[in-house]
Amino acid sequence: MSKPKPKIRKEAVPMPKQNPKERVHNFNEVALGYTVEQAVAEAERCLQCPAPSPCVKGCPVEIDIPAFIKLIKERKFKEAIKKIREKNNLPAVTGRVCPQEQQCQANCTMAKIGDPISIGRLERFVADWEREHGYDTPPKPKPTGKRVAIVGAGPAGLTAAADLVRLGHEVVVFEALHKPGGVLVYGIPEFRLPKKIVEAEADYIKKLGVKIKTNAMVGKLYTIKELLERFDAVFVGTGAGLPRFMRIPGENLCGIYSANEFLIRVNLMKAYAFPEYDTPIYIGEKVAVIGGGNVAMDAARCALRLGAKEVRIVYRRSRKEMPARAEEIENAEEEGVIFEFLTNPKRFIGNERGWVKAMECVRMRLGEPDASGRRRPIPIEGSEFTMDVDTVIIAIGGTPNPIIPQTTEGLEVTRHGTIVTDENGKTSIEGVYAGGDIVTGAATVISAMGAGKRAARAIHKYLMEKRNSGKS
Amino acid sequence: MYKIVTKRELVPHINLFEFEAKEVAEKAKPGQFVILRIDETGERIPLTIAGADVGKGTITVVCHEVGKTTKKLGALRAGDSILDLAGPLGKPAKIENFGTVLCVGGGVMIAPLYYQAKALHEAGNKIIGVIGARTANQLIYEEEMRQVCDELYVATDDGTKGYKGLDFLKDLLKERKIDRAIVLGSIITMKLVSEFTRPHGIPTIVNLVPIMVDGMGMCGACRVTVGGKTMFACVNGPDFDGHQVDFEELMARLKMYTAQEKLAFVFYEKGERSS
Repeated sequence: MSKPKPKIRKEAVPMPKQNPKERVHNFNEVALGYTVEQAVAEAERCLQCPAPSPCVKGCPVEIDIPAFIKLIKERKFKEAIKKIREKNNLPAVTGRVCPQEQQCQANCTMAKIGDPISIGRLERFVADWEREHGYDTPPKPKPTGKRVAIVGAGPAGLTAAADLVRLGHEVVVFEALHKPGGVLVYGIPEFRLPKKIVEAEADYIKKLGVKIKTNAMVGKLYTIKELLERFDAVFVGTGAGLPRFMRIPGENLCGIYSANEFLIRVNLMKAYAFPEYDTPIYIGEKVAVIGGGNVAMDAARCALRLGAKEVRIVYRRSRKEMPARAEEIENAEEEGVIFEFLTNPKRFIGNERGWVKAMECVRMRLGEPDASGRRRPIPIEGSEFTMDVDTVIIAIGGTPNPIIPQTTEGLEVTRHGTIVTDENGKTSIEGVYAGGDIVTGAATVISAMGAGKRAARAIHKYLMEKRNSGKS
Repeated sequence: MYKIVTKRELVPHINLFEFEAKEVAEKAKPGQFVILRIDETGERIPLTIAGADVGKGTITVVCHEVGKTTKKLGALRAGDSILDLAGPLGKPAKIENFGTVLCVGGGVMIAPLYYQAKALHEAGNKIIGVIGARTANQLIYEEEMRQVCDELYVATDDGTKGYKGLDFLKDLLKERKIDRAIVLGSIITMKLVSEFTRPHGIPTIVNLVPIMVDGMGMCGACRVTVGGKTMFACVNGPDFDGHQVDFEELMARLKMYTAQEKLAFVFYEKGERSS
């Protein structure tokens, strides 16, 4: 006699969020996370597809997703986080900022009959549970006697560092800024990824035995060649942290920020707490954010929280082509961000003191698809109009950091300034590996972590082969 | 943490600091700068390097107390430490034998000018030094400059010492064959000297210190128009052709946070008095 099958809930358990009217006045986290009961209820929806599970195939770091969800269902939270940490050393981060809807959740079998399992929310739940209940650090592995230098403490570098230290290598991370985390500390706002969480994740990686040296800009303080004299291998994960500007007249007027500058001031330097914190920020009444990605959403939502009266996203394509995550666009809309689609600035107009006061824009229409597969925006002649603004934030992407390529002879780079590697991150210089945005151009946190992971595997193989062949 | 090994008040409100930063000292070159942050709530500020002692493992900066951060720094003593110091940043100044080099420095920037003038002197150049301050008792580094200059002229804005203002340079430039000029000082000084040298076709290098945050090419706060192109002072500079720099724009951008800076200063002074 078979038991009657329990009815599976088609809808995902919603995650509580701060009310938009309230949250627009603070920098506290918007999404509040699942309670134990909510997490277990959501985990119970998982069908536990047999390997190869579709969700795992969508995960750039290959987390055994059905296994950790099963452990949540059984309320074995400690085991669940252990399962995630086998593959992912930044779970509290990825649980919050991964585009799950395009990755693991996109492939979820449940999506065929209802909502996919909220894998990201569950990952976040157990990562937060771990932080509250204390970390278990795995036992120290047997030292290999090999040393690896990691350049850049962003998602790629921290991932590579954690994987390599767990394999028994000595690992030192060199970070140019004063805090580890890269884009996690300077780019993603507090209300989406609280900085104490990034700090806790970095502390965990330090507990594994990784040394992190801040204020150390490789290329200036030491060259890659000098690092190779002290280390057996080097991983470069310096990101795409250089701002792109529009190159239109008036762009250097006061009140015009790159998204990078705006977000560095707000996030890394905590300008929202000025004057308790010393770094100032200027925010006017009418703010225009140029661009349609996650960074544009982040900047717009920061501007609202800093007290701007009107914040507009000015994007040259339509809503459909926006690269930002649907969730982030919704959050921005809920908070009152205004969207100006099919609009592009032509020039910035300043006042007599050199401050921006308006922006001449042109309306666009969509033509044939371009190389990115999105329809190309074409200006509509004669549609120019002026928009009053007193703060502009340019969020049209970043370019690779040129310092390492400039100071490393023999390192092959593309014409876009990205470092050339094979699929495992191996560069044109023996012992030097690279991964993340410095190789792909601006992409996501999780794809950088995936690249860090692959490179760590390749570096380990390289070091062990070198040792076994007795070359060192 | 970066320890202050030496702190010396050179003249009222202008202090010299030697920071323990062994690796920075080994790499530092004239023309480069460091970014420092005093404490957890502090801002990142650029300071031009005024010297490096590889043996002692220290770098020297000279800083004028003009706002909250520089005042906070000025209140520290030898033995104290600051939280962060990153560098050396920016491209080093070009040091080679040019022939005769006019080295003009104003205010606090005379200290890093000395670091460059010394290197240029050692490279075999004849150095004509010009140093200036607002008033006589604000002039720094006169003795040091005298040691590396073949000729040294002093000027003050109010005429309390040496020439009154820099107009005397016009005659000097007519009389002498000068192969290169370098100017470190206020925007006004750099603009003025660049205008003086322009008709003589003397290559003139200015060392710019705009507002910066990271100082590593990431934020673009330090962007400056040079020859119609946008440059980042932190990574493309800080040295630029003085005849090509848009000084008006630079001046406006330097004033971007005047209101906030005043506010921060008022809060700081209040806090200091009550504590």
